[in-house]
Amino acid sequence: MSGDPKSRIAERAARELRPGEIVNLGIGIPNLIPGFLGAGSKVVLHTENGLLGVGPRPGEDELDPDLIDAAKQPVTALPGASYFDSAASFAMIRGGHVDVAVLGALEVSAAGDIANWAVPGKDVLGVGGAMDLVIGARRVIVTMTSTSSRGEPKVVAECTYPLTAPAAVDVIITELSVFRLRDGKLHLTELLDGATVDEVAAVTTAPFVVNLEESNAR
Amino acid sequence: MTAGAVITAKEAVARIRSGDTVMVGGFGLVGAPLTLIDALVDHSDATDLTIVSNNIGEPGRGLGKLLRQGRIRRGISSYFTSNPEAVAAVNAGEIEATLVPQGTFAEAIRAGGAGIGGFYTPVGAGTLLAEGKEERLIAGVRHVLEEPIRADVALVYAARADTLGNLWYRRTARNFNPLMATAATVTIAEAGEVVPVGDLEPESVVTPHLYVDHLVARA
Repeated sequence: MSGDPKSRIAERAARELRPGEIVNLGIGIPNLIPGFLGAGSKVVLHTENGLLGVGPRPGEDELDPDLIDAAKQPVTALPGASYFDSAASFAMIRGGHVDVAVLGALEVSAAGDIANWAVPGKDVLGVGGAMDLVIGARRVIVTMTSTSSRGEPKVVAECTYPLTAPAAVDVIITELSVFRLRDGKLHLTELLDGATVDEVAAVTTAPFVVNLEESNAR
Repeated sequence: MTAGAVITAKEAVARIRSGDTVMVGGFGLVGAPLTLIDALVDHSDATDLTIVSNNIGEPGRGLGKLLRQGRIRRGISSYFTSNPEAVAAVNAGEIEATLVPQGTFAEAIRAGGAGIGGFYTPVGAGTLLAEGKEERLIAGVRHVLEEPIRADVALVYAARADTLGNLWYRRTARNFNPLMATAATVTIAEAGEVVPVGDLEPESVVTPHLYVDHLVARA
């Protein structure tokens, strides 16, 4: 892997997605993932503002003011795409028809609780589709740096920020490691980019089980 | 709607009274009925409005103009944050904010238009946004009771309408518009293009004309 930490996280997250899966990408690091999906990945992107089959960013001459993603950025639609209203879009999400949601977080707890929409004492005024996505998607992958900009751990024993949902996360990918929630416990399954277990432990306040067979298998 | 009854935006917004709840379509500015919003800003004195819209526009754009006029009393939205001036107005106590998860927001409007008295959703259970709401376990999962949302007037945008008021939407400019068209006492549709009856394929009509009371051409 190469590049800045956020690109490396996106690159690793791209490898979690399987051909044919319907995937919703959140704002921030998840939005970098399409750059790491091979042309033949067959992953189908869903955006909650009403499009299944999101294509690449348009060139200047292809810009269409009626065609954006949930980050309000211009996109294209691939052959086979469909458009639908917001109620239908969220019925897809809550109804379990979207396989994977990849999104950022402020904190994830040892129990898989996720906080990604509000910071206490700041404006609690934007939730968007985050709560619907983490409840509805069959697999929830969190992509985030291991610590906040102030150096505080983000994989924590218990969330201190307001929850988006309890016990919703399946996978956490940081620049250092991959964690998986299994049987209500956090498992460290992979070290990234030469990181050590001690380095991960130093920035993780959540208790976790070391279970590295996957990275050996790669 | 009566065939051929295309009115001006100024005439249309005269239907909005002070104290009304007004739904406004769009995801940000995409699919927002900008001609109707401008008419509300320029040609209406209605104030003390409750606005139901996914966002409260952007600074000085779309509903952001109405906000600057101080005519919004309350916002019901999933994402105020896209307009920092709306956030500031909430924090200053100038407007009241009701924050709703986006899927719940859409479904509540759908329910409002479909005569449904509410629904239970797992979304929001165990969070700040479920505080004060009735909860029950359904199949062992915590659900929150959400009530329908309706409005006095809905302002929606469609790329194409026939003169009966049948509506066709384009790409992601559809978003909340077809839902809101069903959920208000008076629905006013702004159309990018108005075509004769018969020009829309019946299968391509997303909003049948019975939902639409007035039609306005986009400026």
